[in-house]
Amino acid sequence: MSVRIILLHAGVILALFLMQFLASDYVVLTFTRIMVLAVYALGYNILFGYTGLLSLGHAMFFATGLYGAALGVTRFGLGVPEAMLVAIGLGIIVSTVIGAVSLRASGVAFMIVTLMFSQAAFLTVLYFGDYTRGDEGIVISDEFRRFSLFGLEADLANPVLRYNLALAFLALAVAVTLAVIRSRAGHVLVAIRENESRTAMLGYDTARYKLLAFVLSGAFAAFSGASYALMFAYAGSTLASIQYSIHPLLWTLLGGAATVLGPVLGTALMFLLVDFASGFTSASLLVVGVALILLVLFFPKGILGTLRQRYLPWLP
Amino acid sequence: MSLLLETRALSRSFGGLKAVEAVDFSLSRGEVRAVIGPNGAGKTTFVSLISGRIAPSSGSIFFTGEDVTALPAFRRVKRGIAYTFQITSIYANLTAEENVALAAHRPGTHAGRDYLARVGLADRAAQRAGTLSYGHQRLLEVAMGLALRPKLLILDEPTQGLSDSEIESFIGLVRDVARDATVLLIEHNMPVVMTLAHRITVLDRGRILAEGRPEDIRASDAVQRAYLGTG
Amino acid sequence: MSFFPHLLLALLEGTVAAAVLALSALGLSLVFGVMRIVNVAHGEFFMLGAMLAWWIAKMVPGGPLAGFLAALILAPALVGLLAFATERLLLRRIAYDPEATIVATIGLMFVIQQLALSVFGADAKPVAAPFTYRIAFPWFGFSGYKLFVVAASVALLLGAWWVLARTRFGLIMRVTQFDRETATAFGIPVNQVYAAVFVIGAALVAVAAVLIVPIQQAHYLMGLDPLLMSFIVVIIGGLGSIRGSVIAALIIGLADGVISMFFTPTLASIIATLAVALVLVVRPQGLFGVPAR
Repeated sequence: MSVRIILLHAGVILALFLMQFLASDYVVLTFTRIMVLAVYALGYNILFGYTGLLSLGHAMFFATGLYGAALGVTRFGLGVPEAMLVAIGLGIIVSTVIGAVSLRASGVAFMIVTLMFSQAAFLTVLYFGDYTRGDEGIVISDEFRRFSLFGLEADLANPVLRYNLALAFLALAVAVTLAVIRSRAGHVLVAIRENESRTAMLGYDTARYKLLAFVLSGAFAAFSGASYALMFAYAGSTLASIQYSIHPLLWTLLGGAATVLGPVLGTALMFLLVDFASGFTSASLLVVGVALILLVLFFPKGILGTLRQRYLPWLP
Repeated sequence: MSLLLETRALSRSFGGLKAVEAVDFSLSRGEVRAVIGPNGAGKTTFVSLISGRIAPSSGSIFFTGEDVTALPAFRRVKRGIAYTFQITSIYANLTAEENVALAAHRPGTHAGRDYLARVGLADRAAQRAGTLSYGHQRLLEVAMGLALRPKLLILDEPTQGLSDSEIESFIGLVRDVARDATVLLIEHNMPVVMTLAHRITVLDRGRILAEGRPEDIRASDAVQRAYLGTG
Repeated sequence: MSFFPHLLLALLEGTVAAAVLALSALGLSLVFGVMRIVNVAHGEFFMLGAMLAWWIAKMVPGGPLAGFLAALILAPALVGLLAFATERLLLRRIAYDPEATIVATIGLMFVIQQLALSVFGADAKPVAAPFTYRIAFPWFGFSGYKLFVVAASVALLLGAWWVLARTRFGLIMRVTQFDRETATAFGIPVNQVYAAVFVIGAALVAVAAVLIVPIQQAHYLMGLDPLLMSFIVVIIGGLGSIRGSVIAALIIGLADGVISMFFTPTLASIIATLAVALVLVVRPQGLFGVPAR
């Protein structure tokens, strides 16, 4: 990996680190949220941008992490670190099962299959409302969010800890994404996106690679969901709805699919855009809708994708 | 010479149409075999069955003595069967070099350079494959086939759309390839077939009509009737 | 009420649901069959039809029957107009690319939903049925209007079948569905056919909405359920097969009615969505559909 790639990505993380000393509490909170959700988008991008598979159902994996962590600490007496691991583990299991079934379909059928499974998952969350509390949601009180790790006491209600933890998670996610993309497997995923039948005829087990991409993106989603629940003390059914399947697609498209930093940029921009727009309209979904249409019509490669095409061919 | 490939009663129907019917075919190591026949004879279906792109309706396929009938295409490629597409199917958005590196299972490296050189595309390594001329794309396909280091290389109408000089160099390339691999060639271009092939198999309406040395096939009345429809 | 009357009621409700479902799914099936695209804003066309029906009925003097008739004519026309604009300004620009269409129509779905929220508000709007007539069964009373809805749907479905099977326009649509390039070679203006099909599909779902709104209230979020149910019907019945859609609508509508009555609507939806997913995995073209060329 070339020096400038490492410098660029490390630079972004460093800039985010420094921002906490310069920005207001509100901005710090907003960016904590952005960073947690950017992990979700990064995972989604591995499947969508690099492998070329458009899932409309990733909210089910996000929700697995979300409710796994929330129920883990409130009902099953797990500590925060254990709940995170359990939630991610559940995410891997669920995405493996769903992936194995869904990937037998392709193209439009795959999109609809993932949409349907996700909708079934959402309805299941509502059906078991006694445990999940439906759209009112589970509020995780502070006592469940304190934990000790390696002898240090920590409280997730502490905004400084939260911000830096979210930043660490984001850095980890970016590093893993870069590693995957530059690996042999990453090249094969791109080959599958470009010409799947050719790739099979070159002797690659395309089914296995697609499942790998699917499970990886599901794990990222569950990781993001678990972090979200524990950091923001809330798990509600809206976070499991179709909207939350569409969001990572939008964030990735905006920032630039098939670029590593694109999803991060897209998540940040959409949040800031919605924040700005809610100054004069309560219809934030309207902004999302318009953004999607404009992107598809005029800007299909997104910001970093277009930049890469015109000026920066080395951008991963 | 040992048998590299053998099919027994291989058949494939599409609804009511019998595209390939009860074909017993065998290929020896080191041969250059041409498969010819009129349009719709089932040639591409036949090699698609061998390469694993489509599944047979009945019958079996043996490769290096092993029954590969149930194996999916990618596993057959790993065993040593390489197929170059009749309609060029390369990675248009990747460079020629990246294309061959993928075929060599060393993506992201320069591993493909030698194969590009062998087909004469070394100076176009960094060019986007989609911008190559048609003839060069065909050569890229062959380079990718070679990068798989196959035991059996199947070429499906490789000279279609090539100029005469390109065809000349192509004949030389196939002779070169045949030193390391067995070649199964579908072709319409008779001069190419006559020059290259050790033996020719003629398919007509899904069945083997005739098989033999080029001069025997050329002289066969049955073959002439099948192609021309008259005596 | 003992079991059998319960079952009868469930079957009747299921038949009404099936009729409306068949009609709204018909539009989606036509659009996918001919244009090979999925319109995710389909449910919002339904919602708009219902909202416009409420608004028109409110504006038109002369009682519920007059309002209903006016809505039946105007709502589909207006929704059709929106569909036409969508086709021209959006779908044509992205050359009907399946993936891009899905993303773009998702955006459209959000836009229409939020605009409806802003214009009409978040509360549910009731609409009076054009006539009230109670059919007295020995165990329960049943609304005559609901049976009218079934009859109207059947009539429209038969009409659609007749147009497809027996008219020149239907022939043109079927040719375009079969092979776009062949159709062009025959001099058929494929883009215009696409526009017509998209508009007709939207108008049909708006009609379904006008029919259902006296039974169910109009609400800005009401589009999601018909969208999912239409997807389910079209996929299980076969993408592009009208007959398949009708049969699937019947199965699903009746099953939904029965399960909802004896269990809960949520459970019925869960079973339905899982069924769709599994059908698609095993048979990507649906139960009766033709594999995409």
